[in-house]
Amino acid sequence: MRSPLGRAIGLGSAKEGVEHWMLQRVTALALVPLVLWFVIALIGLVGADFDTVQEWVGRPLPAICLVLMLIATFYHASLGLQVVIEDYVHGEFSRLGLVIIVRLACVALAVAGTVAVLTLALGAAS
Amino acid sequence: MRSADRPLSPHLQIYRWQLTSVLSILHRVTGVVLAVGGILVVSWLVAAASGPEAYGAVADFIGSWLGIVLLLGWSAALFYHLCNGIRHLVWDTGHALDLKSTYIGGWIVVAATAILTVIAWVAGISRWVG
Repeated sequence: MRSPLGRAIGLGSAKEGVEHWMLQRVTALALVPLVLWFVIALIGLVGADFDTVQEWVGRPLPAICLVLMLIATFYHASLGLQVVIEDYVHGEFSRLGLVIIVRLACVALAVAGTVAVLTLALGAAS
Repeated sequence: MRSADRPLSPHLQIYRWQLTSVLSILHRVTGVVLAVGGILVVSWLVAAASGPEAYGAVADFIGSWLGIVLLLGWSAALFYHLCNGIRHLVWDTGHALDLKSTYIGGWIVVAATAILTVIAWVAGISRWVG
């Protein structure tokens, strides 16, 4: 993503600033339709009982959209929260520690949600 | 004047708020709020995969007064972050960056957030009642 001139002069972020910026926007683009779909789906599920919800989550299309949404959501959240932490937490040690904790939590949540959806989609639920 | 005595800006007590800066900080606040809300979404899915008892506990929480208030807040935060996020994506293409456009876009985001939140809750409640 960096221009040849920028690369040659060697200015700008010394880390992965461009990738961070780009991925924040790519995940945002993905989330626009996914989140709108999720809200509409949730409204459709108002008042639904346990069996209906289980059956719905396990259907192919909802399962695919849910997994995509979980990945995009927690990737986007981890990038966004990292920027917030870097802006407001000043100690080098606590800043890095918090960023790591948030990133691990985001990975854990994305994995937990994905496993739950796949459990239902693949019919492994008890 | 020593640097420590210099007035710091903004003085929050006498600060004249602008729409643009309020919306900017709201984008951040709603982003953090939504990240926390993501925990509930994952809890809901994990509970649905775990069984009726776990699901009942999560459903009871969502159906409680606290759950409904949180849901209301999260839905408004979601629609705001979504609309203002689209405003940001437009800016990233280099468009609508002048002062007038940022205000027009800002008010559109405020109106769209309110309209979408109301539509979602009217649809949800009418489904609940009907």
